[in-house]
Amino acid sequence: MENAAIIGVGMTRIEANKIRDTFADLAWEAVNKALDDAGMNMDDIDNIVTTSNDFWDGRTISCMAVSDASGAYDKNVSCVEGDGTFGAFYGLIRILSGSYGTTLVTAHSKGSEGISSLITNATFDPIYERALGLDMITGCAMQAGAFMHRTGTTAEQLAMVSVKNHGNARHNPLAQLPMDLTIDDVLNSEMIADPLHKLDCSPVSDGCCAMIIANEERAFQYKRDPVWIKGVAFCSDTYFLGDRDLSQARSLTEAARKAFAMAGIGNPANDIDVMELYDAFTYQELMWLEAMGISADGQAGRDLEEGRFAIDGDLPVNPSGGLLSGHPVIAAGLIRIGEVVKQLRGEAGQYQVKGAQRGVAQGVNGRCGQSHCVWVLDKNK
Amino acid sequence: MGKKRVAIVGTGQTHHKSHRPDVNGQELINEAVQRALEDADLTIHDIEAVIIGNMDHFEGINYVDCWSVDGSGGTMKPIIKLTTGGTTGSTLAIGGYHMVASGMFKKVLVIGWEKNSESDTTGAITTAFDAVWDRQVYAGAISGLAAEAKSYMDQYGATNKDAARVVVRDRKHACNNPYAQLRKEVTIEEVLNSPMLSDPVHLLDICPRTDGACAVIMACEDVAEKITDRLDWIWAAANRHTYTYLGDATYGHLDSLTRASQEVYTKTGITEPRKQIDVIELYQPYSFAGIMWIESLGLAELGKGAEYIWSGATDMGGELPINPSGGVIGCNPIGATGLIRCAEIALQVTGKADARQVPDVNLAISTGFGGCFWSDIILHGKNKPDY
Repeated sequence: MENAAIIGVGMTRIEANKIRDTFADLAWEAVNKALDDAGMNMDDIDNIVTTSNDFWDGRTISCMAVSDASGAYDKNVSCVEGDGTFGAFYGLIRILSGSYGTTLVTAHSKGSEGISSLITNATFDPIYERALGLDMITGCAMQAGAFMHRTGTTAEQLAMVSVKNHGNARHNPLAQLPMDLTIDDVLNSEMIADPLHKLDCSPVSDGCCAMIIANEERAFQYKRDPVWIKGVAFCSDTYFLGDRDLSQARSLTEAARKAFAMAGIGNPANDIDVMELYDAFTYQELMWLEAMGISADGQAGRDLEEGRFAIDGDLPVNPSGGLLSGHPVIAAGLIRIGEVVKQLRGEAGQYQVKGAQRGVAQGVNGRCGQSHCVWVLDKNK
Repeated sequence: MGKKRVAIVGTGQTHHKSHRPDVNGQELINEAVQRALEDADLTIHDIEAVIIGNMDHFEGINYVDCWSVDGSGGTMKPIIKLTTGGTTGSTLAIGGYHMVASGMFKKVLVIGWEKNSESDTTGAITTAFDAVWDRQVYAGAISGLAAEAKSYMDQYGATNKDAARVVVRDRKHACNNPYAQLRKEVTIEEVLNSPMLSDPVHLLDICPRTDGACAVIMACEDVAEKITDRLDWIWAAANRHTYTYLGDATYGHLDSLTRASQEVYTKTGITEPRKQIDVIELYQPYSFAGIMWIESLGLAELGKGAEYIWSGATDMGGELPINPSGGVIGCNPIGATGLIRCAEIALQVTGKADARQVPDVNLAISTGFGGCFWSDIILHGKNKPDY
């Protein structure tokens, strides 16, 4: 892969209900922050990729609602439906193809305007599955059960993810749910779908993220030191949950293997300084860490207990507070990339990981981690 | 242009119909995929990545990229969804181009599909527009087009009869295309006497609703040339999705198509498109577009589109045949429609278009239309682009 870099990031605050903002207002705020961050204006943007989802927006051609606000007037523009990591991937590809020097990528969602259980029920098969009442929470509860059963991971270990990430969010001014929790707080919170308690689940959120990607030549022309993209890969598992071993995330293993190989990462457990993962539920952070080879199979919970993934641990995971502290669907993956950029620039303030040189971001599409996208970013070219 | 040259090495379509109760969505997709693989003499194991698109609210399936893998063959492969409304199919083709040109993937499978029989098409399209300013008064598939046609008629004096001539052409062409849905000729009188849907648009002026899928396989230069010597090279692609609100569009001129086509012409050195282009598959969802949008493409002067159509120049055997497949008036599985335009041009360029073949195609254009008067355009060539 030729050199390309992230040269600007803009994020709105993540909030439960941005009732004063339309989709366009969200995009406008994030886009202007990204342009200011990069020291660019809209004339410096060669093309645009927006990322949205018609179901979450309750709007057909959901990209249309944000195209003006994303500066798409009289420019080449396209739209990815799915997580922001996939939108950013397509934004990168349009640079690597040689067609454009810079891409502005946006991703937005307002969970407050939808009914999450109905929207995610629509990801299930209309004949065989929907009538069972499956949605993202009940589907993921089955996966959590399968993962805990196979690996022996405990409810306490799951709860520790929540304690860590909500605790990290106390230092992140953009996070929705900074919380000072104990393991008992999590275990005593309402049971939503066994084994997932309320505090094992990410909240419903509104938010938008914008990012500017550039080729090597353009990367040096603006205000910021580029953060280099060293590896990107994505992969989808089977659709029907029964066709998979639900306790394993083999498509993540494959995507991570490819992305790490591109980046020359031989030993992911040692070669990565910071990770921002798609922890829509507590168990996912542990399951994804094992699938990516960061922890040995069944050992992520123990590594967590030993403090390995804390901000001052040897591999901090979700120092921003992760999705558990704010989960605007679609934007969430792009925010993960943006948070890694902040870390590598040394701009993460109170949640800065000391000396971070290389970071990994991950995003998810579909039910129970069917499709994953993994990004490796580096401070150095 | 691209780091790698990109060519289409295979295409596949379903036989498009108004209603396919015999298959579900994944099976419909799989029909097109199997045909494309067969055309390229490849297996799904040769495919390195998949791009898919449709419009979510027609079938009511969320995360179609994930749902579709049993039909698309995307299991344990990279699969990504692009969706931009009516332009989805052409957006997918442009996406396939970038994926291959980037050098990251050598062979990419591009899939567009729609099962419109499962949808409330206008109900779903209505929600594309602003909930406060547009949706209550002025949305859906036909109303904006009717306003565009009225504005053009007012400015240039075009008539319903002029538009009907475009329908006569496309419906006649569709009879040569075994994949088209509406394979029956119509007369100008039949068009004019068909029910009025939204003045000035009659029933026969507008595209049908269709179940169908299309798949296109793209490959980079060194791989493509090993697969086949009948290649359709992608020369250039551009788009403009300029407007968000219906009231912002310029009615009577498709500015987005003018600007996107100018970008492509400038990149590739085309100065006289009418002479240099040999065939066009125009995403033309209704008859009046067949007059107006060829002006936007620079094929006729403003107000002279109808004259060019009446001359027969765009009929089979004419100077610049348009829509040999029968076009969108012949069938419209929306998420597939723009990609069908691209696939049909690939057939023309590679000489595989059978009864609808235009002789000696060197350079050709496929377009996409949708959203809020948005346009996509791709320039295809028989010869390898020389840049």
